Amino acid sequence: MGQFIQQLINGLTLGAVYGLIALGYTMVYGIIGMINFAHGDVYMVSAIMAVTFITLLSALGISSVPLMLVLVLVIVIALTSVYGWTVERTAYRPLRNSTRLAPLISAIGMSIFLQNMVQITQGARVKPVPTLLPGSLELFTANGFTVHLAYTQILIVLVTVALLIGFTALITRTSFGRQQRACEQDRTMTALLGINVDRTISLTFMLGAALAAVAGVMVTVYYGVVDFSIGFVAGIKAFTAAVLGGIGSLPGAMLGGLIIGMIESFWSAYLSPEYKDVATFVILILVLMFRPSGLLGRPEVEKV
Amino acid sequence: MGLLITQPKGAAQRLKDGVGAALIALVLGVPMLGLATADVGGALAVITRWPLLAGFVGVVFVGRLFFQWLIDIFSLRKKRREQARPAVAKSRPWLTWIGFAALGLAVMLPIAFSGNRYVIDTATTVLIYVMLGWGLNVVVGLAGLLDLGYVAFYAVGAYSYGLLSTHFGWGFWQTLPVAGLLAASFGLLLGWPTLRLRGDYLAIVTLGFGEIIRLILLNWTEFSGGPNGVNSIPRPTFFGLPFKPDSDDGATFASFFHLEYSPDHRVTFLYYLILALALLTNLFVSRLRKLPVGLAWEAVREDELACKAMGINVTNIKLSAFAIGAMLGGFAGVFFAARQGFISPESFVFSESATILAIVVLGGMGSQLGVVIAALLLVVLPELGRDFSEYRMFLFGAAMILIMVWRPGGIIAKREPTLRLGAAA
Repeated sequence: MGQFIQQLINGLTLGAVYGLIALGYTMVYGIIGMINFAHGDVYMVSAIMAVTFITLLSALGISSVPLMLVLVLVIVIALTSVYGWTVERTAYRPLRNSTRLAPLISAIGMSIFLQNMVQITQGARVKPVPTLLPGSLELFTANGFTVHLAYTQILIVLVTVALLIGFTALITRTSFGRQQRACEQDRTMTALLGINVDRTISLTFMLGAALAAVAGVMVTVYYGVVDFSIGFVAGIKAFTAAVLGGIGSLPGAMLGGLIIGMIESFWSAYLSPEYKDVATFVILILVLMFRPSGLLGRPEVEKV
Repeated sequence: MGLLITQPKGAAQRLKDGVGAALIALVLGVPMLGLATADVGGALAVITRWPLLAGFVGVVFVGRLFFQWLIDIFSLRKKRREQARPAVAKSRPWLTWIGFAALGLAVMLPIAFSGNRYVIDTATTVLIYVMLGWGLNVVVGLAGLLDLGYVAFYAVGAYSYGLLSTHFGWGFWQTLPVAGLLAASFGLLLGWPTLRLRGDYLAIVTLGFGEIIRLILLNWTEFSGGPNGVNSIPRPTFFGLPFKPDSDDGATFASFFHLEYSPDHRVTFLYYLILALALLTNLFVSRLRKLPVGLAWEAVREDELACKAMGINVTNIKLSAFAIGAMLGGFAGVFFAARQGFISPESFVFSESATILAIVVLGGMGSQLGVVIAALLLVVLPELGRDFSEYRMFLFGAAMILIMVWRPGGIIAKREPTLRLGAAA
């Protein structure tokens, strides 16, 4: 029982992180109908930046943890958004009216480029950061197993919930949200109505990158170790989450993230940690086989 | 047709554009080039590299100005030329001659460099990649399906030979067709559920499949030897004649032909073996292209919806391309295992898939000669210097983006369909 609750907590935390990354996949897919393969690597770039700025700020003598967290979040979100914008501008926008294969290949190229760029400029070694929020709450003890709730886990879940509320409001209530949803439905018509489609797509990429940046900072604070290769697997898992929830559906992405996080956490605890990645991939293939529209998605209709 | 802009941009506009690019470069560069973390005395510390950052920003500024100027000139010329006389599709018969010349060089290479084992070894590696590139070209270039886990089929082939030969004593020629069939079955198994969906899904599923295969090979130690891989795989024989020093147990290649034993024989034999396999692949694929199934591949690549309307079973057509590509990958894998004599999951990582994809993309999707040129570039350039091999994947990634943006057809663009309405037969 104790271990079950513990894995539930760990899965929830992991799921929140996957959900944040999955939102970026699902938004971009919704608006331009392509998988942004480089998204996982944008997340990795943000995690590496978080390491740099946490180290820099503590060297500058900032000891207050909340101030440090807020500063790092703001800086990393801002810089990662610029990365998201540049990725779209250089690798995807010139190919918007090209064949279907071209943007996919260019996305894979961007993913390889970002990963190796970080490896060359920042080094290939695993980067550790000191724990910012040590300690945990001891919830209860059952059969000699004490269930812990780490402060970082509370932080991750709180930040994710807050972001989700703000994000939902942005999409449903603001004029940018309306423009974004309009572009999703019909780009040509939206352009005819005087909405700057290019700008809306750019902003969507920046928004996706910003959410990935939050995930990157949170993971850095939670695990304390980051390296250049974390984007690959995290990207596939988040994509699986987006597909599981129904690609194009924002609540679906979050739900998918939570399910994938739970499965991974329980699988590692009760079955075999070596095969936890295999479990995710198998889920991806099964979902695509039996329910390609996902849990909350609409069936896809192909347009000419 | 509207009026085409035939005047270049003003200097002020150009400068503004360049400054904008430099500013973006500055923002992107600060956290990656300007700042870096490094291990200093046991703890992580931030080091600064401002001169590097300044250099990068400067290069971006000048580069942006220069390239904009270059693009302006070229696109103006192109527009003026097209206004003067509309473009006509050119046929390029000399490409065939280059192909034959390359073939002649490939056949002569071991004779010209006899005794130089390094050259022949490198050439063998190039040919393995050429064969893999031709195999993947069926999937990506002809059928227009993005396969990001091609290395999985390569691994299936390699492990088939590795395991069948060490456990059951199967020979190279016995395993070759079996391994090809096995790889093709894996392709069918994977393609069947996913090929009915949009192409993007296939890309990510193949990516996942490549990882599954690698993780299983890594963790299922009883089956595959885990991280230690499979050792002492028997080398292929020349119609039953092994390449080894003379001994009492049976004839060897050297004794049968009354030659002095030399380890170069095997290296040369392996080179000609992969050359033959690659040429067979090429012949097989170029014949298939002229069959209805090959024409359907290209039709599906160009317009899936129109094919459905024409009554073509799109899923089966895609599945056939996917399975044939997988089979060719499996053949290459058998050769790889036989040549190395040792295989481990290390050889079948994602970057290997990415390299093969880069060869196909850079060479020009659908072009057989382009694949050879790209494979030559991608294998030989890293051999030239260690510095270069460190930047290898970084440059591949950048090249894939640039090729897609500027020249989606690849180095040798050949996207025109094999069959065209109204063309002289």
